[in-house]
Amino acid sequence: MSPVIPVIILALPLFMFIFLGLCGSKMKHPVAGFLGTLGLGVVMVLSYYTAFTYFFSGAPEFISAAGERLQCVMFDQTWLQFTDTLYISLGFFLDPISAMMLVVITTVSFMVHLYSLGYMRDHHGVYEIGFQRFYAFLSLFTFSMLGLVVATNIFQMYIFWELVGVSSYLLIGFYYRKPSAVSASKKAFIVTRFADLGFLIGILILSFYTGTFDFTLLTSAPVEGMSGVYHVDINTAEGILSTFTSHPAPVFMGASVLTWALVLIFMGGMGKSAMMPLHIWLPDAMEGPTPVSALIHAATMVVAGVYLVARLFPLFLMEESALVIVTVVGALTAFYAAVVACTQIDIKRVLAFSTISQIAFMMVALGVARPEHHESLGYMASMFHLFTHAMFKALLFLGAGALIHAIGSNDYTAMHGLRKHMPITHWTFLIGCLAIAGIIPFSGFFSKDEILSACGSYSTLVYIWMSLVAGLTAFYMFRLYYLIFWWKEHEIPAGHHAPHDQPWTMSLPLIILAAISCVAGFIPFGKLVSWNGEPYDFMAHFDWGVASVSLAVAVAAIALATVMYRKENALPAKFKNALPNLWKWAHLRFYWDELYMFITHKIIFNGVCRALAWFDRHIIDGTMDAFAAITHKASDVIKPMQSGQVQMYTWLYVIGALLLGGITILCLM
Amino acid sequence: MFENILIYFVIIPLVMLAALGLCRNIKQIRAVAVVGSLGLIALSTVVLLQYLDMRSAIDAAIAAGTATEQPAMLFTNTWTWFAPLNIHLAVGVDGISIAMLMLSSIIVFAGSFASWTIKQPKEFFLWLILLSTGVFGFFISVDLFTMFMFYEVALIPMYLLIGVWGSGKKNYSAMKLTLMLMGGSAFLMLGLIGIYYHSAPEGGQLTWNLLEIVDNDAIPHGWQQFLFPMTFVGFGVLGAMFPFHTWSPDGHASAPTAVSMLHAGVLMKLGGYGCFRVAIYTMPQAAHELSWIFLILTGISVVYGAFCACVKTDLKYINAYSSVSHCGLVLFAILMLNETAMTGAIMQMLSHGLMTALFFALIGMIYGRTHTREITEMGGMMQIMPYLSVCYVIAGLASLGLPGLSGFVAEMTIFVGSFQAGMADFLAGHGSLRLVFTLVACCSIVITAVYILRVVGKLLFGPVHDDHHRSLTDATWWERVSTVSLIVCVAAIGCFPNFFSNLIKFTFDPAIFSVLGLK
Repeated sequence: MSPVIPVIILALPLFMFIFLGLCGSKMKHPVAGFLGTLGLGVVMVLSYYTAFTYFFSGAPEFISAAGERLQCVMFDQTWLQFTDTLYISLGFFLDPISAMMLVVITTVSFMVHLYSLGYMRDHHGVYEIGFQRFYAFLSLFTFSMLGLVVATNIFQMYIFWELVGVSSYLLIGFYYRKPSAVSASKKAFIVTRFADLGFLIGILILSFYTGTFDFTLLTSAPVEGMSGVYHVDINTAEGILSTFTSHPAPVFMGASVLTWALVLIFMGGMGKSAMMPLHIWLPDAMEGPTPVSALIHAATMVVAGVYLVARLFPLFLMEESALVIVTVVGALTAFYAAVVACTQIDIKRVLAFSTISQIAFMMVALGVARPEHHESLGYMASMFHLFTHAMFKALLFLGAGALIHAIGSNDYTAMHGLRKHMPITHWTFLIGCLAIAGIIPFSGFFSKDEILSACGSYSTLVYIWMSLVAGLTAFYMFRLYYLIFWWKEHEIPAGHHAPHDQPWTMSLPLIILAAISCVAGFIPFGKLVSWNGEPYDFMAHFDWGVASVSLAVAVAAIALATVMYRKENALPAKFKNALPNLWKWAHLRFYWDELYMFITHKIIFNGVCRALAWFDRHIIDGTMDAFAAITHKASDVIKPMQSGQVQMYTWLYVIGALLLGGITILCLM
Repeated sequence: MFENILIYFVIIPLVMLAALGLCRNIKQIRAVAVVGSLGLIALSTVVLLQYLDMRSAIDAAIAAGTATEQPAMLFTNTWTWFAPLNIHLAVGVDGISIAMLMLSSIIVFAGSFASWTIKQPKEFFLWLILLSTGVFGFFISVDLFTMFMFYEVALIPMYLLIGVWGSGKKNYSAMKLTLMLMGGSAFLMLGLIGIYYHSAPEGGQLTWNLLEIVDNDAIPHGWQQFLFPMTFVGFGVLGAMFPFHTWSPDGHASAPTAVSMLHAGVLMKLGGYGCFRVAIYTMPQAAHELSWIFLILTGISVVYGAFCACVKTDLKYINAYSSVSHCGLVLFAILMLNETAMTGAIMQMLSHGLMTALFFALIGMIYGRTHTREITEMGGMMQIMPYLSVCYVIAGLASLGLPGLSGFVAEMTIFVGSFQAGMADFLAGHGSLRLVFTLVACCSIVITAVYILRVVGKLLFGPVHDDHHRSLTDATWWERVSTVSLIVCVAAIGCFPNFFSNLIKFTFDPAIFSVLGLK
């Protein structure tokens, strides 16, 4: 395959960003929106072409004779040379997970582009202020995210990592007149920046020992006879491990340096993927327009952390403790977010916590993946769940956007009983709920089931824990579903028309995503994506025991939700009053935000910054001023000697002459 | 004399001064400023191209065997000025000086447009151009005496420019800035004279010429221990090194726009350039032994300036403290004595020069409209003056290190280099100071994000704070020229860093590193 198509895939969204950013405001709204959507459509088609060529063409650079999927560097251009061996390059790396991500990103992004044509205008068809800017930022985001997933080296990933962070900042703060949106965007950027600090230091450590940023040199070995083609090779990772252990200081504060490097890199992933304790920015990020939440904060950017761990998976395999940390962080986050999601009122926040919980599922799956357990089933399951989750979560967010668009509020208390008025939204949302709850045959069932199988083969505790979270997932999703679409509908005030379904630009993406959510589970994912490129027959490992248990848990949870929430009744209030503190703590998200506020505002801002500023003005600058004042005073003291009085000068002359004479005499004696 | 192209960097400003003297009205003054600064940009471009040509020609000659090595500097020439003291007007440039010359000419250009409507334009531009004469002279000189002379020429006009055209506590600030920098000059002069008297081995011909001093490498070890701190502190004061930085917030706050731009954008670079070119080039052993003291001071500068910027409410104070932080990083990276980190330091000088000039230009433009610089008294500027606000966001993103803009490449080069130097020290058992301070300096990327986004959030976003501001207008065409020229340069460095990195790296004098056994 020629490298022209990869270049276009990256360059076109960048061009659209610059073009719409500079000229957008001079265009008519629909023109800008149409151009943005068209540009992305082209990118989507090219990405599909690339992915299909990669998976199905059988070309020797993509698949070996033995059926092993290979990694192909389509192009690689040096961008910044640090030393003779260490340099950043910008390139295009095609392997199973990047090809899959190309499909995910461009599909969801295209749906969001299309959807926003309808969403970003009000009921009278008037476009939002900054409509063109919105499309420019969407293009910037798509460019950055594509650049991130096709990175050939970890520093390229870091570069685009920062760029997606900024696009996210700009899009969360899209409604910049709203103070809450401004502070949410700021929070998102600073929290992820803090995590990126860890990522950066991790990269520095890794590159110092290994002398490279290249993924191919970290995890793969070249295929003989072809340039730019590699395959995953555990020996390379073992070589890296021995590089670390043979250095004079292999252990630092009780952990090996490689563990430190990997955990610090994982910290970057925790920030972007909103893992506890760096999750606090994601719920607030819902201040952005809903299509943005669907694209960035559900389907693509927030899974970057998972993608990062998957990318370096052979290295993580070298350090058991790093994978254990990934598992523990993921398991705790999954449970925490699921509990919180049960108590939120804002529908976007429910979905946000659900996203956190589902990404944590993927993290756990990576954490429990081992070659000795079903040939790293967890890795494949994680990527599969990433794929299906992107589709059904984008669907749910876009559905929520349709509801918010129709009702004008984010709270379910303002909704109720909408299934009659908005049938398309209702049915697609229901499909999304069934998919995420893990009901057969929707896509979530398959991917989640594989994650649970992977957990089960690793440890029973993790398996039970994650099954519990899966049950909670089904419960809170159906709680949300019933509260929105069932219950008695609100009376429509006189002069207002009833809520109704949206224009086709918004409905079409919902229908397409719902269709994908129905059938995506049947994709033979193991044949396409696995940790070392060797095809993996999932059906051979399919565990009906696990599947029936998880199905039973999901059905039970949905049944419970039906009993509690199908109609207005006293049960929820009883539960709430039985455990008032738990409910309050969960509703207030276990006070994480307050804790951070305390640390940042009270301790760092008031305690450190103000103290330093005071120190600077009064001590440092005070010393400088004191020098000036002393000089001034000294001149005041000496000044009277130049009084201009002849008598005074005479006296001084006489005294001086006598002194000098006296000294001379003393010396002569 | 006139056959050497470098001398025109001094001649053009002098001709501009003469032309300004003849100007009768504001239009002529503007014409002189614009034509002159365009001439300077053209000249630095020509020098750059010729320089690259000559370098590759010499490379070809080396390959053919007709030359042995690349000279440290090109376009060198010497004219005797005062023979009894060996004072020459000696010029010569390498990639680093060329980068600085380009930076200066662009900022003079942008600064001229930013002071389009200044009061008493003739006098203002006279002083401003005199200042730039000093700057350009400094960057082309390789004779320590003429270097020092040009350095002083660049500093003195600042007093009048702030004292006459400034705002706020301008007399206090002008006096403070001038006295503190003069204090630095006193140290510096002591250091330079010391270097001169040890510039040649016993019985040799003393010299002020930097290249000869480096070749002779004759400064006794004991003297280096004394002269290095003198020179480094002398230049470090201008580089806003903690604890000698307090002139910067007050001085910048009171200075008029173009002066802030030139001062933060170019003059502070004189400090970093001097530390590198004079202190470290001539006294590498002392630099190696004493760098720990200054590493601590500059490492403190980096985070200290950033923390202080987090609580200030005056835009110029915020930016001045941010400069303390960023310039601290320049000196910090120089002291790592590692080729990558030093390359990063020079790139950071370029990057900081451009983006801080952009910041000060924008602050001046906003202040000219709202008559306040307090972020608590402003808000929602994005709705009122979208062009200026977008520029401010771009400057902010450059400052917090967005890839694709200049700050990122400079900082990353510094961090990679410093980390390597730090780890090498640590693994060799030389202590963990470099490593620890590298990690501390890395933390500045978070703190920078905090104060930049705080300003952007309060100043540009949110509801309009003061209804009187609603009637304000957006940028005029000359303001657009000024900002666009700077933004283009910021983006150029950010997108094509390898060109600049190679230009700089190419000219690292291997002698320095071989003395230290680092290469």
